[in-house]
Amino acid sequence: MTPSDVGATVAAAGVGEVPLPDDRAHAAYCGACGDPLGGGHDAQAPACARRLELEPPRYCVVCRRRMKVQVTPGAWAATCVVHGSVEHSTWH
Amino acid sequence: MTASVTDPPIPASADGDLLAIAREQVLERGEPLTYDQILAVLRTGDDELEAWLALAHEVRLRYQGPSVEVEGIVSLKTGGCPEDCHFCSQSGQFTSPVRSVWLNIPELVRAAKQTAATGASEFCIVAAVRGPDDKLMEQLREGVAAIQAAVDINVAASVGMLTQEQVDDLVDMGIHRYNHNLEAGRSFFPQVVTTHSWQERWDTCEMIAASGMELCCGGLVGMGETLEQRAELAADLSRLQPHEVPLNFLNPRPGTPFGHLEPMDTGDALRTIAAFRLALPRTILRYAGGRELTLGDLGTRDGLLGGINAVIVGNYLTTLGRDPKEDLELLADLDMPIRALNDTF
Ligand code: SF4
Ligand SMILES: [Zn+2]
Ligand SMILES: [Zn+2]
Repeated sequence: MTPSDVGATVAAAGVGEVPLPDDRAHAAYCGACGDPLGGGHDAQAPACARRLELEPPRYCVVCRRRMKVQVTPGAWAATCVVHGSVEHSTWH
Repeated sequence: MTASVTDPPIPASADGDLLAIAREQVLERGEPLTYDQILAVLRTGDDELEAWLALAHEVRLRYQGPSVEVEGIVSLKTGGCPEDCHFCSQSGQFTSPVRSVWLNIPELVRAAKQTAATGASEFCIVAAVRGPDDKLMEQLREGVAAIQAAVDINVAASVGMLTQEQVDDLVDMGIHRYNHNLEAGRSFFPQVVTTHSWQERWDTCEMIAASGMELCCGGLVGMGETLEQRAELAADLSRLQPHEVPLNFLNPRPGTPFGHLEPMDTGDALRTIAAFRLALPRTILRYAGGRELTLGDLGTRDGLLGGINAVIVGNYLTTLGRDPKEDLELLADLDMPIRALNDTF
């Protein structure tokens, strides 16, 4: 299961119009490895996608900052100091 | 028990004989395999795998019954550990992207409640530390009390190497089981960890075993160890006789010294499960980390029919596990009831 299809529940959004740290529409960086998307990253994109099935993103996809990530038995939460926090349930 | 002078000699090449000997020795008499015998099992080919898994399953049913112990784990303090265990993304010595973070008490209680809702009987609180300082012990005391007041579940802990005073404090808190892994066979350990010794781990395990808390002690396989070193870990654990052995398959983490290793072959992993069960006939043998990657759905089922009798439900400390519903459905499908809170073996 990927973070995008586990039924996201947003715990605390970033301020105003600022995109969330796992917002794919505004993603400039890979949440798994932190590299810029496109170009050289395309070759490793499938491996990064597989990684994101087995662990939460570690990098904010908007700004590439390393996030504070808390994993619990039924959820994970990630916080970028600039772009706020997201929480995803992993139990259906 | 490790190999001793009284062990009957086992012809390592005569695999047919070995299976019959193991059946008589482990299944009928309840005596664990010796080091030489474990090694011989680990050296068998894929053509014999099914027979070894079947025997391991029979041993599990005879000495542990059909039930499965379900546990949830949570990280109270993640990352920033001063130790250098080469498989671990929580060491502060590597370039792993895992950042240091603490869980608060309400979140801890929420995680325990979620875990209990699956039918789990164990909830283990883990911290990425060499050993606990006063602050961590205080957090733990508060957290355990809050869980005990709100949730009907056994609380286990894993907070590193301990002093005798800390062991006594944990008993006083009502910690039911304490996890401290040997990680690897003694001869391989220096290639896995350099900041503490195998002996220091062993000493903490012995203190726990003598404390009245149940000892949970296992390790990882698939870190590049030889079969001899893998057999050594099983034999060491057999000598220690823990209440539970969590078996981890290396999940190579980016940024760690073992990040470049390939996940273990499924057949090897299943053979390891069977060998560990035959080395530990009366122990709870738990799937811990790495099973999703190494075994997949089919292998997970084969392992539960090959010696495993305990699972971790939900996520791990830094990585994601399967949806508990899938595991619970699998157990129901296999006619393996979830072990209730006060069941003992
Ligand atoms: S002591 Fe534990 S948390 Fe620290 S590096 Fe070793 S395995 Fe990781
Ligand atoms: Zn990437
Ligand atoms: Zn950000």
